[in-house]
Amino acid sequence: MSARSISRHRRGTGLFVYAVLYLAFLYVPVALLPLFSFNDSLFIAFPLSGFTTKWYAEMAADQAMHTALLNTLRVGVVASLASTVLGLLAAKALSHGALPGRSLLLSFASLPLFIPEIVLGIALLMLMTGLGIPLSLMSVIIGHVLICLPFAIAVLMARFEGFDFSLEEASRDLGEDGWMTFWRVTFPLVLPGIVSSLLLTFIVSFDDFMIAFFLCGTDTTLPVYIFGELRFPYKLPGVLALGATILIVSAALVLLAEWLRRLGAEDAPRVPVLAA
Amino acid sequence: MTFLYLKAVHIIFIVTWFAGLFYMPRLFVYIIESHSKPEPERTILLKQLNMMASRLWFAITWPSAIVTLITVLLAYPMAYFVAFKVTRGKFMWLVLLNIPFWTSYLLRVFAWKVILGFNGVINSGLLSLGLISKPLEFLLYNPTAVVVTLAHAYAAFAILPIYVSLEKIDRSLLEAAADLGDGPLKRFLRVTFPLSLPGIIGAAVLIFIPTTGDYVTPALVGGSDGVMIANIIQVQFGRVNNWPLGAALAIASMVAVAAIAVLVIQALKYATARIK
Repeated sequence: MSARSISRHRRGTGLFVYAVLYLAFLYVPVALLPLFSFNDSLFIAFPLSGFTTKWYAEMAADQAMHTALLNTLRVGVVASLASTVLGLLAAKALSHGALPGRSLLLSFASLPLFIPEIVLGIALLMLMTGLGIPLSLMSVIIGHVLICLPFAIAVLMARFEGFDFSLEEASRDLGEDGWMTFWRVTFPLVLPGIVSSLLLTFIVSFDDFMIAFFLCGTDTTLPVYIFGELRFPYKLPGVLALGATILIVSAALVLLAEWLRRLGAEDAPRVPVLAA
Repeated sequence: MTFLYLKAVHIIFIVTWFAGLFYMPRLFVYIIESHSKPEPERTILLKQLNMMASRLWFAITWPSAIVTLITVLLAYPMAYFVAFKVTRGKFMWLVLLNIPFWTSYLLRVFAWKVILGFNGVINSGLLSLGLISKPLEFLLYNPTAVVVTLAHAYAAFAILPIYVSLEKIDRSLLEAAADLGDGPLKRFLRVTFPLSLPGIIGAAVLIFIPTTGDYVTPALVGGSDGVMIANIIQVQFGRVNNWPLGAALAIASMVAVAAIAVLVIQALKYATARIK
């Protein structure tokens, strides 16, 4: 009897309807950006007045936007590379159970996630001015490495979880030195994790507003640029076009990162990276 | 059981209380200032003080707590659905729930500004349908708009921890409850819900920390009544140019947030130990 009642309970049509509504709540606001980016009107309002791609043309011609985009890409590439390299070293050390103070180190590494971003931004700003480091893309990169690192470590730790460290020992027994062991054994095995970490940290850096807002000085990154543009109503459609483009590219990057993270990692928890 | 509920409620109260504390230094500054002034100015300033005291309640203390509560409440059925009802394509659902989280945060907030604005999507939609004769003004620039936007922005933070704790529940416990004569509702209240409490508390922490320090949302959709601590801190570093006060506020909020996190994590450990 109980088995039947549970299996009947399993269908849960009401919950399914709720789940669909919830997804709509998540996606409809986001979907409005692409929708209105093709709307032939300066005002973002219904009814839609006609199809146009002129906002995209306007976006393509905006020089300040290009500079900001280039800055963001530069920061993102350097920050994601640096945080992934650091994260790889940390994750490798932390996955060896024997490391003393492992849990302390692990919670310390995830600390930046638990500090409100505004506090982090201000602290870094004061640090930079205190040390006399000029506010530039360099200071933004330093800040981004800090906020990207917990993500890199989380992704790479998940990858190291099912890692058989006896493979490294075998390689050493066969006469390889530490560096070659890393290149020929460890690196290829954790490669999907590395790529996934690169993509995710790049997105974290690309998306960050708060840290860049405090640290960028005159070299605006894209989110800082967009935030400034939002004050001018006549610039909104251009921002919409840019937003739609960013949304699609970053969604594609996330899917790619998730796919890579799961590739061959059957032991890894079947939960997206956020919960890791 | 009752104890755990009490604990959850207690945490929410602590959270709101601390959020209120952040605002105190500024009120103190105003009190000192107002008392040193001659008569006409004094009355005016005290009036201002009263207004700020009420803002403390309505605009700062409430949003973080309400956001946390609403987000968790909305996310729970969703997580329950994925954990218990979805048999195939579970991973697809999780990725679907995650994608909006990884797309630009700034743009998601901006989307809500577009939706709720005076000439926004809701108003223009209702106008063109003839349901209202003039735009509704209460949609944007108030605490409610901040709450709605943040609840949307932090949905993924709520779903994943709750999902993980639900997924871990031993299904045979549910069958045992059914065999012993519990209906679906009783089974949920006496087995499923208590066992998912760690996930709920975890989600509450994960949402509370970033929402307390959120700058973008109150700045874009909050208006003058939806100001939050991060905006006040930022103003000290920008327009007001009072770095020491800004730093003090930042430290106060960070210490409070850290204290809450430690408290909640301890509670979490305790709750898990009791369940086991």
